[in-house]
Amino acid sequence: MSQNHKPKVAFFDFTSCEGCQLTVVDSLQTHPELLDVVEIVQFREAMTEKGEDYLVAFIEGSCTRQSDEERLKKIRQQAGIVVALGTCAHLGGVNTLKQLHPLDEVRRYVYGDKADWYETYDARPIEAVIPVDFAIPGCPIDRNEFVECVKALLLGKKPPIPAYPLCVECKLKENICLFTKGKVCLGPVTRAGCGAICPTYGQSCEACRGFISNPNDSSMRNVLAEHGLSVEEITSMYTMFTTYQVREKLMQAGNSPER
Amino acid sequence: MNTRIDVHHVTRVEGHGNIVVELSDGKLKECRFEVVETPRFFEAMLRGRPYTEASHITSRICGICATGHATTSLRATENALGIQPSQQTVLLRKLSFHGEILDSHILHVYMLVAPDFLGVGSVIPLVNSHPEIVLRALRMKKLAGDICAAVTGRHTHPIAMTVGGFTHFPKTKELEDLRQRLESARDDVDATVSLFASLSWPQFERDTEYISLTRPDEYAFIDGEIISSDGARLPIEAYQQVTNEYLVPHSTAKFTRHLRDSYMVGALARFNNNYNQLHPRAKEAAAALGIKPKVTNPYLNSAAQVVEIVHCFEDAIQIIDQLLALGVRPEELVPPTRAGGEGVGSCEVPRGILFHHYMIGEDGKLTGANCIIPTNQNIANLQEDMRALVPQIAHKPKEALQLDLEMLVRAYDPCISCSVHVAKIEAE
Repeated sequence: MSQNHKPKVAFFDFTSCEGCQLTVVDSLQTHPELLDVVEIVQFREAMTEKGEDYLVAFIEGSCTRQSDEERLKKIRQQAGIVVALGTCAHLGGVNTLKQLHPLDEVRRYVYGDKADWYETYDARPIEAVIPVDFAIPGCPIDRNEFVECVKALLLGKKPPIPAYPLCVECKLKENICLFTKGKVCLGPVTRAGCGAICPTYGQSCEACRGFISNPNDSSMRNVLAEHGLSVEEITSMYTMFTTYQVREKLMQAGNSPER
Repeated sequence: MNTRIDVHHVTRVEGHGNIVVELSDGKLKECRFEVVETPRFFEAMLRGRPYTEASHITSRICGICATGHATTSLRATENALGIQPSQQTVLLRKLSFHGEILDSHILHVYMLVAPDFLGVGSVIPLVNSHPEIVLRALRMKKLAGDICAAVTGRHTHPIAMTVGGFTHFPKTKELEDLRQRLESARDDVDATVSLFASLSWPQFERDTEYISLTRPDEYAFIDGEIISSDGARLPIEAYQQVTNEYLVPHSTAKFTRHLRDSYMVGALARFNNNYNQLHPRAKEAAAALGIKPKVTNPYLNSAAQVVEIVHCFEDAIQIIDQLLALGVRPEELVPPTRAGGEGVGSCEVPRGILFHHYMIGEDGKLTGANCIIPTNQNIANLQEDMRALVPQIAHKPKEALQLDLEMLVRAYDPCISCSVHVAKIEAE
């Protein structure tokens, strides 16, 4: 296949740890053939060349300042397909934890009387700024899932992101349920696809991949309460990666969330 | 004649930074390294969160040094709550920490630094021109990642390491397999040393203060005392006497200084301060690379990283031997001995000394936090280097001058999105 026939892809980053782009680099360890089927024209973390002609844009990171909106819109104009890469781009991610405090107070806590020098606003998923075609969830993304998504995109298909909850994968792994060990977990309401990696390594699912589309939210909260969590603790658990969604939902329900 | 260099977003570094240099008739008028990363507010976000979450949140400061942030966070929390981790926990943390140092250094020297010396813009053209180099780098990097995965589930972001211990334990077979692969990787390690020993590094000398952790018993990566090449020694709790964060009139970035105008942290600082504790094979590598303390050429930070690659490969084998002799078994987490408190944790992450400082309330929630990142501490020194370097190379064509400066920035291996409260400098 000649260089010209390969679809051109570009990687961009906004507010993030760049761990998802690193996972992309890591995926080359097991799948170096990816470079045979796509042409990477822009990937600042890994290359100097900078091409502005691309079909697919993978975007990592959330939007946390007004002035980044223009850059996002430019990428959207150019790209035929925009993919949100990882939790920060997909849901807002840990960056949205700052929304649990008054913004002005957060700015002063870190920058003192120079707070005004640093432009910032509520962290948000990129979908809050531009239309997004697909999202690859996870903090960080799962290497294998990324490769599967690229394959699907090359075939003109929708990336295969599971619609079922994490518990399905956890059961398939034959893990002992964390609830039976006296721990708590958000697996029952969280979208699968990571292979239930956190419960497999003995830690609760923290919903980094976001919620399934029809979570049994009230049951989940009841179970957590039965395991001794206060309402405050449950809310805290729900906000690690998904403060933006939790607050949006509250607003839709007509309860403006207190800051 | 006026020359202006404006590298907007230096490539092949982690995060967003700009180089701005202005020369007028060979005289330096302006020379800055701007950090234009978005502010991230991690310290503010930690407040109100349970202490068990702190390492999960702070590992998200940086995808490259996620394990370093998590380990430093755990040590700060454990120091605050009076927790003494077990011998097995200490060994497992060291092993995954080595995995991360290896992963980061291999990524940096092979994929970010080497392309400059081979005259290409990224590692991608090397796939065709130098496949053996690229495949070796990917092979070594995979092994480094697999070390992390065996211990904590994954490198970015580690799962099984938590306050007081681990929630998952590698099996004997997994450790034996890793040991076998580390042994077989010696050829790759040797080839790495040969490759970097064959490069001609840019010539530039500027002595500065080198700051790192130090320990009496080993080449320090986790815990220890702060040591300065200028003679000072301080407990980690006194870190603010070393970092002295300050603002300068022409920029809004937080800088640090100790005994001089700036200091350097990272592989070169560790090499200069703790050379004697390197593994004998790492010392042989240093000799092959032609470096011995005190090295004052900042470009050789990458060479010091190669030395540390050798050290960590060898030391990882020794740690695995200790774990196998001990017999890894599931352990309960060590519980806190007090309800709340204040604690500092410090580690030598790939790019240098990192501090996390937490205040934890009696309800187990964080009430205050401060994180001081290696890249923050290096920016002032990088800028001083640029100011000293530019007049020496001002006669070069603009492109060559620019490449020298970009290579200098890359040698520092800056991790800009990590430097959470460096904040941006007003661009012109």
